[in-house]
Amino acid sequence: MSAPTVAAATAATAPRPPERAPAGRRSGRGVPRAKRVGWILLFLLPSALPLLAFTIGPMLGAAWISLHEWNLLSPMRWVGLANFADQLGDPATRNAFGNTLAYIVGYMPLVYVGGLALALALNARLKGRSLLRGIYFLPVVSSWIVVALVWRWLLNPSVGVVNWALGLIGIDGPGWWTDPAWAMPSIILASAWKDLGFVMVILLAGLQAIPTDVIEAARVDGAGWWRRLRSIVLPLLSPSTFFVVVITLINGFQVFDQVYAMTGGGPDGSTETVVLRVHALAFRYGEAGGAAALSWLLFAVILVVTVIQVRGQRRWVTYA
Amino acid sequence: MRERLLTPRSIALHAVVVLGALVMLFPFVWAVVTSISPGSGLSATPQLFPDDPSIAAYQQLFADLPFGRVVLNSLGLAVAATVAQVVTSAMAAYGFSRLPFRGSGAVFALYLVTMMIPFQVLIVPLFVEMKALGLIDTYLGALLPSVASGFGVFLLRQAVNQVPRELDEAATIDGAGHLRIFTQVVLPNIRPAVATLVVFGFMSSWNAFLWPLIILRSPELHTLPVALQTLQGQYTTQWDVVMAGSVVSILPMLALYVFAQKYVVQGVASSGLK
Repeated sequence: MSAPTVAAATAATAPRPPERAPAGRRSGRGVPRAKRVGWILLFLLPSALPLLAFTIGPMLGAAWISLHEWNLLSPMRWVGLANFADQLGDPATRNAFGNTLAYIVGYMPLVYVGGLALALALNARLKGRSLLRGIYFLPVVSSWIVVALVWRWLLNPSVGVVNWALGLIGIDGPGWWTDPAWAMPSIILASAWKDLGFVMVILLAGLQAIPTDVIEAARVDGAGWWRRLRSIVLPLLSPSTFFVVVITLINGFQVFDQVYAMTGGGPDGSTETVVLRVHALAFRYGEAGGAAALSWLLFAVILVVTVIQVRGQRRWVTYA
Repeated sequence: MRERLLTPRSIALHAVVVLGALVMLFPFVWAVVTSISPGSGLSATPQLFPDDPSIAAYQQLFADLPFGRVVLNSLGLAVAATVAQVVTSAMAAYGFSRLPFRGSGAVFALYLVTMMIPFQVLIVPLFVEMKALGLIDTYLGALLPSVASGFGVFLLRQAVNQVPRELDEAATIDGAGHLRIFTQVVLPNIRPAVATLVVFGFMSSWNAFLWPLIILRSPELHTLPVALQTLQGQYTTQWDVVMAGSVVSILPMLALYVFAQKYVVQGVASSGLK
């Protein structure tokens, strides 16, 4: 059964019984329909109105812009779906989606496995545990401006610490962010490093909600560490895992800050992600229509991926 | 049965975790060291212990920028955004969980959809809208887009869903209405999730760059990241000043996290759940 206080994101998509409850059932208590509608509005409007006005509205505005040729200055010119056709046919679009996908494929396993290991380690009995959690969270709260500078310096091909260390063990380090083949791995490395703490916090909250007696019982029954992890901890953690995967994928598809700060999309477009391309189209090439069209294409991809996850969660997400 | 601390395994775990912490800490230490090394450049390898440490960079920061004002701007906006987000998200979470209606699933999906579009493309329409509302170069214009958050509603709805309905029913029998159930039954039970949202809500406002940069024109309205950016342009070589600003910008976030973390642990402990 669900416990009264279940930490934060544990949560991720909890049992959904109430949602589908027929509207009539609760009003069986004798609450008049109009009054119920009033309550619903009272609770939802404070968030619904700002989201409608300042997110959904601008999204529709962007959709309108996507149907026009517009350089942000001169009057808009209606072009129908031409922007979408242009973007779909542009090799730069394929490149941008490819790079974004490469980022996600490299980043997701690193940040999830790393964050899980960290959450498990920092959930154990440790001296100075709070301090350690704080330290691992430090990169999450730092701005990418600082972090990107530091990583560019760490991964500097000639004077960087990483290549110096590799040199010690006889490895000739790569050119990292100056080399088209290594630029994306550099960004993935820095991103995983920065976001480990985010995943850790969500998973820690989930771990803390797992009753210790369940794990203790398994230990008494002779289950080893690995077995306990696989058969008890991971299944009970799956709602949190689901939340982490949904959110990091949504964010991963929109990766921008670190690329902008570390490589600016180069060298040779090897790290130009979709949002970086959107940014360049809108603010460098004066193609606001193309930028909006590309954004809506990205939105469609994210939406499909998220819907697939929500549909697929029943196969692997177990609720307490 | 608790594990003892002095087993080989526990020692190894400590070693690995501490070593990792040093790696995480390094960039921050680097920023601090650079900030107290006058005239440090980026290409030069910073020394771990500068020959001639000085707080000149911090003094310059306060002298050259209306720094106190800038910090207050950031703080005010972040606190307002966080409070607003927690209130609007918690209410929506309660609504979705406890007052289901026909189509509420679709409405909730719409909330999720707000997270899926890159902000870069919303900027132009949003700016046009703010201009029509006469909110360019105002705190309100900077604040309004972050008073509600799809992420926050998602996070808190999951938590509210896990609060047993039996508690509501008991309160209802005692004559409590939705407002009382919300404030006195549900809210106390989702404190850890609220603490998490406080940290992330504050963080996203505190570190927000693009929107404040565009909407806040007057220097006296600037937030910390925006002011820091102008610094970077002013002193292309004075990395000590840039890093001093970064250090100042990280500290409040860290303090908030340490505070919230205790709160999360307390929340879990007070529920009587181990």
